Amino acid sequence: MESQSQKRIELIFGHYSPSKYQVLEKTLQRHPEEIISELMDSGLKGRGNVGFPTGMKWKFARREESATKYVICNANESETGTFKDREILERVPRKVLSGMAACGYCIGAKKGIIYLRHEYGYMKEHLQNELDAFHEFVRKNNFDFSIDIFMGSGSYVSGEESALIESIEGYRAEPRNKPPFPVVSGLYGCPTVVNNVETFATAQVILRIGAEEFLKLGTAFSSGSKLFSISGDTINPGIHELELGTTIEEVVNEFGDKNIKSVQVGGASGYCIPQRLFTETVIGYEGLTTGGSMIFFNNSRSMYKVLHEYLRFFAEESCGLCTPCRIGTQQLLLGIEAVKRGEKPVAYVEVLKKLALNMKTSSKCGLGQSVANPFISILENFKEEILY
Amino acid sequence: MEKSLINLTINNVPVSVGEGSTILDAAHKINMHIPTLCYHPDLRMAGNCRVCVVELTGSKELVTACSTAVTEGMIVSTNSPKVRTARKTIVELLLSEHNADCTKCYRNGNCELQWLASEYRIGDHVYHDLVKEEEKLPDSSSLCIIKDDSKCVRCQRCVRTCSDLQDVGTFSVVKKGKKQKVSTFFGKPLKDVFCIDCGQCTSRCPTAALIERPLYEEVWDAVAEPGKHVVITTTPSVRVAIGEELGFEYNKHSDAKVIAALKLLGFDTVVDSGYFNDIYIVELCTEFLLRMKQNNEEPQKENLPYITSCSPGCVEFIGAKYPEKKRLLSTCKSPRLIFGALIKTYYADKKALNPEDIITVSVTPCTAAKNENTQALKGIADVDFSITTRELVRMIRQSGIDIQRLDASDYEPLMSEHSGASLLTEVSGGTTEAVIRTLTELVTGNELAPEMLRIMSLRGENGIKETSIRFAEVRSGWEFLKDKEIRFAVVNGSGNASGFFEKLKENKNTYHFAEVMICRGGCIGGGGQPIPVSSELIKARASILYSLDEISGLKKAHENMALNNIYRGFLTKAGDKDNQKILYY
Repeated sequence: MESQSQKRIELIFGHYSPSKYQVLEKTLQRHPEEIISELMDSGLKGRGNVGFPTGMKWKFARREESATKYVICNANESETGTFKDREILERVPRKVLSGMAACGYCIGAKKGIIYLRHEYGYMKEHLQNELDAFHEFVRKNNFDFSIDIFMGSGSYVSGEESALIESIEGYRAEPRNKPPFPVVSGLYGCPTVVNNVETFATAQVILRIGAEEFLKLGTAFSSGSKLFSISGDTINPGIHELELGTTIEEVVNEFGDKNIKSVQVGGASGYCIPQRLFTETVIGYEGLTTGGSMIFFNNSRSMYKVLHEYLRFFAEESCGLCTPCRIGTQQLLLGIEAVKRGEKPVAYVEVLKKLALNMKTSSKCGLGQSVANPFISILENFKEEILY
Repeated sequence: MEKSLINLTINNVPVSVGEGSTILDAAHKINMHIPTLCYHPDLRMAGNCRVCVVELTGSKELVTACSTAVTEGMIVSTNSPKVRTARKTIVELLLSEHNADCTKCYRNGNCELQWLASEYRIGDHVYHDLVKEEEKLPDSSSLCIIKDDSKCVRCQRCVRTCSDLQDVGTFSVVKKGKKQKVSTFFGKPLKDVFCIDCGQCTSRCPTAALIERPLYEEVWDAVAEPGKHVVITTTPSVRVAIGEELGFEYNKHSDAKVIAALKLLGFDTVVDSGYFNDIYIVELCTEFLLRMKQNNEEPQKENLPYITSCSPGCVEFIGAKYPEKKRLLSTCKSPRLIFGALIKTYYADKKALNPEDIITVSVTPCTAAKNENTQALKGIADVDFSITTRELVRMIRQSGIDIQRLDASDYEPLMSEHSGASLLTEVSGGTTEAVIRTLTELVTGNELAPEMLRIMSLRGENGIKETSIRFAEVRSGWEFLKDKEIRFAVVNGSGNASGFFEKLKENKNTYHFAEVMICRGGCIGGGGQPIPVSSELIKARASILYSLDEISGLKKAHENMALNNIYRGFLTKAGDKDNQKILYY
């Protein structure tokens, strides 16, 4: 099969104007309702893992009556194989700050916080310099909005929005009971919008090019393009902006090494796509997941080791708060080890599968709920590798 | 504001509850049982254990009944296949992490995890055993509380109890994932960290991860030891609560039956703690008046408010959190220690016994009492063993005594009389009421006005309660108190102490007298009371004691004639220095 080259898209990293905050200046002249409508028309969905419509989130927060509201940028990028947010913050930070400011303007927040992953501490100074310029801009424009950087403490689960909020409040990063959702009761009980780095940057892109232009990319259900962190057995590792609606087949053809047998889409909490499903699997919200990462595995890789590594990761990174996730992750890990060693019968994986599905329905947050994604998709597609 | 009603169905049964109610509240309303574990009515909601998951029509994921607010038209099912399999899985997982050594466990038969296991018939070992060998060695460094991590289900009730309810914060959750656990500061032994031994965690732990240090075996041994004369006292709090675990409601015969049971257990003498409570109140009034006098003469010393110290743990709590206030604490021994001291002196004298042959046992609702002792006689402890209500229940169960079928028995006549006031000292605000009764008559020489027998502002569940009195007439010697407003404060539970001390800072010498009780509700809410505990039960215990006071012929501590005997014959007058070792720290 001939490799079909992807359309080069540069929405996120392109058009980085040296004259600062031109787009934001124009945005601030528009009515908040109009901005939200534009975002809703664009069909932009959260670029984290959940995919909640961004315009709607802002609309909900705007609707809340509260003197204090917050805008939080989730930069706790910890999903395995994901490194796009780091790149955005390093290369085009003003887009993120502009997106946050637009959000603050729409919902009536005066305070923004960037929750920066512990390991990204090295870029704090660089970001702070950008923030100084940003604060200069907002002051000149009489726009009451400031942004602080809050350093995370190295926990995976603080990528979950309510755990992230707990962390900022000075507690352990543990998810809250929902509802209420952060747009109603978030940081210090105030309405709060938590969006991913890429979501803010994309919002800013949409406000520059307009919803109509953005809609030219993607599918009816997944508009626009998105960044992917491509790693593993690839000839071209790194960040690539792809149109949503692309099939895995197309991506593998362009970036894959030879003999790719599976692609893990969306990191540890995402899904394993085996070769036989490459053509029918579309990257987008209508498909399994968009995630941020694609990890390619070729024929030389042991899928048992892949699964084992993911489970080990979860057993360590579960916050431990809820039963299904804290104990379930450990049991899945010990379970596949025992089957592999022949200490448990092959049929034991059915018990483990049931456990994973129960974790999906009864865990407190997305972490525990998503463990079943890699577990079941790897197990079902590579059963022999896992069992024997 | 009237809350609007929300209509929903649970297992097809329609139910209407107020806005803001949870699914669990709604289920309770129609007597539908939903199992829980991390939920506790006294504590902030958590949603950790996931045992109470239920299915909502239209929702992919299950939700926890304890934390999810009802919405109009909600369709809930609590026993759908999805719920049942999730719940069973959760219980199985919890058991895999639990040292399920049930037959040897202190909480065998009264363990919430065991109940869940038996409800869901967890028979086979589905999962790997995750209990670490090193966890199987409990931390028994504390004299009051034993912590066994291998029994912990990570429900965090203890964490919430200790931080939110008690404002102590001995426990917190540390680490994550498979290493997550409830730990003391840097995992140090309990004896080396700030813990006031209140035991509130032990009465809210669903398993045996936190228990009181049991001493009943030692008590059994003492009873059996030849040549020893064992004297026991129970407090009113113990007697009003003991039936909760033994299965009977408190009635007018209960006290006499408890006495009979204690005698059957082999105790030589049973005395009434109410008698010592009365002595305590008289001494407390005396020391308080002396403090007031001192303050009148040397106000610059700022020796007020006078803070009661009878709640064990109070000294430790104030010493650690508000060290600068420690000098304000009363130096009166608690009634329990007065009991021990008088038994080994006065009683020994009267009965011609060698104090060394007497063993004193106090039964209180208090776990901290195990760590509190004094010596009236050199080298001889006032109280030899302090056991809790729960331990006494265990002794009665072990003995095979059917307490309800026993004939009534009496206290040792030397120490049997008590006033209604003595009962009140067991309830938050009651010590203050009892003090006001005695203080008024001491200072004015007139009989207390009947309406002063019920000071409603000092009753109830408020965190900080206040009242003030003013004497229009005073006896000679107390002129400085004439028309002076004397202000009293009650701190109901250590969790409210910070609010009180903040208030003190704002307004110096706002209060003259402060009653500080570590446990909410007072002694009746002690950490050693029967499990389960709830604010409803504490209210019920309080109302029994209030009604006993109402019907009591003797309302004031100083009217207790038996006290006159001891003060005339043995002790010198109240507050006197000669009584120092017996009645004061």
